[in-house]
Amino acid sequence: MRTVYLDHNATTPLDPEVYKVMEPFIVENFYNPSSVYSRSRKVREKVEEARAKVASLLNASPEEIIFTSGGTEANNQAIIGGAKANAGKGRHIITSAAEHHAVLDTCLRMEKEGFEVTVLPVDEYGRVLPETLEKAIRTETVLVSIMYANNEVGTINDIKTLAEIAHKNGSLFHTDAVQAAGKIKVDVKDLGVDMLSVSAHKLYGPKGIGCLYVKKGTKIESLLTGGGQENKMRAGTENVPAIIGFGRAAELTIERGTELENHIKDLEKILREGIKERIPDIIFTGHPEERIPGCVSVCFKYIEGESMLLLLDQRGIMASSGSACSSKSLKASHVLLAMGISHEIAHGSLRLSLGKDNRMEDVEYLLEVLPPIVEKLRLISPLYQGGR
Amino acid sequence: MYSEKVMEHFLNPRNTGTITNADGVGEVGNASCGDIMHIEIKVNNDVIEDIKFQTFGCAAAIASSSMLTELVKGKSLAEAEKITNKSVAEALGGLPPVKMHCSNLAADALRKAIEDYRRKFAKEGA
Repeated sequence: MRTVYLDHNATTPLDPEVYKVMEPFIVENFYNPSSVYSRSRKVREKVEEARAKVASLLNASPEEIIFTSGGTEANNQAIIGGAKANAGKGRHIITSAAEHHAVLDTCLRMEKEGFEVTVLPVDEYGRVLPETLEKAIRTETVLVSIMYANNEVGTINDIKTLAEIAHKNGSLFHTDAVQAAGKIKVDVKDLGVDMLSVSAHKLYGPKGIGCLYVKKGTKIESLLTGGGQENKMRAGTENVPAIIGFGRAAELTIERGTELENHIKDLEKILREGIKERIPDIIFTGHPEERIPGCVSVCFKYIEGESMLLLLDQRGIMASSGSACSSKSLKASHVLLAMGISHEIAHGSLRLSLGKDNRMEDVEYLLEVLPPIVEKLRLISPLYQGGR
Repeated sequence: MYSEKVMEHFLNPRNTGTITNADGVGEVGNASCGDIMHIEIKVNNDVIEDIKFQTFGCAAAIASSSMLTELVKGKSLAEAEKITNKSVAEALGGLPPVKMHCSNLAADALRKAIEDYRRKFAKEGA
């Protein structure tokens, strides 16, 4: 059966070019980069080369990059480590209602540590409006964490302006850039952030590796103690093959430049227009312009997302939904609800996220397969008057 | 995640739609929890002669509605009333635990349809 992968915001396929450079470090060059013999030193060199490549992707210095087990750990490290190390300023944290759970739940967990947390509302597109941050920020605000791009609807926040507001107040600013890196330019200097999280598997790198950018001079506490790796910021023997793969994935992202962005934008345009033309009673979610390329989030009225996903899967198409039934929590997407979308409509959400290997035929296939699926489910839905 | 039987009913749901001049109509669930089941029955001599359903919900919700209609079609009201959500789930070869409560409401919808029928019938009889 034909398969079409349209879930690149969940994870991306490992680029064979990336695997090629990782492979020798799985079996052959297994050495611990911290040992003294020459073969270990060679591995260390490769780890540091990878760090420089990742730094270059973000316009950071290599010493500002801490490798972590992924985006989740980077977010945990930034929030817990940043808030605790600077608690002298105050014990107030600000985040937004549309954050990934790795940020939202970590901030809320800090309440148990005596921090007060303000969760900023978002507008109908999922953006944090600068004025809401200005109103919420106070002298005791130690940390502000607001995502660069949203994983469900793709909306991009005005990080530069938000970071300025935090800095005027003397607060640290962290952004979760997991969905941005690899899709749009991420320049830590231009954004003016103190900390920024990235995950390798969202940019055709391996799973289990990510990084936290920590601006020089920023005080943070480490989460793990032990052997003093990562400049004493992240103990534990380095995940060498993954780090090397991350480095290559970063390098390839730089090489691809805006070429990939344009390819994906072209496909996305046809996908959106095709859905709009073929299926009535739909709502596109996310910002109409300020959006990462390739993320099409759309709600189909009268039907439920998990049913849609399973029927798409029957035809070889892989996608996601913010429906309660497709989540482990049985709750509809907190992002869509925060944007003011009703439960009923949020249940009918579908997220299609394009990637570098998608071709026009994939979009055409989706446009051929999706309308009858929506129609089939609508015809058996009690909410759909056309079916009665 | 789902048994073969669940998938089979989900992909080929039986008895979907509505009945013209239904004798009893029942609906349970709400949109905020993500599942709504609507069942209509045609009754003749205390036997469910026809049954149709419409469901808004996940695969488990659609499959359990479909299975229920198969289980009760042609049965007497007394027999049909004995069917529980649990027996529907069993007939489907089981449902994932998280889906047992929210998506497995078809028997409740049927019970409401039978109540509706009895109410109408009582009125007509009076």
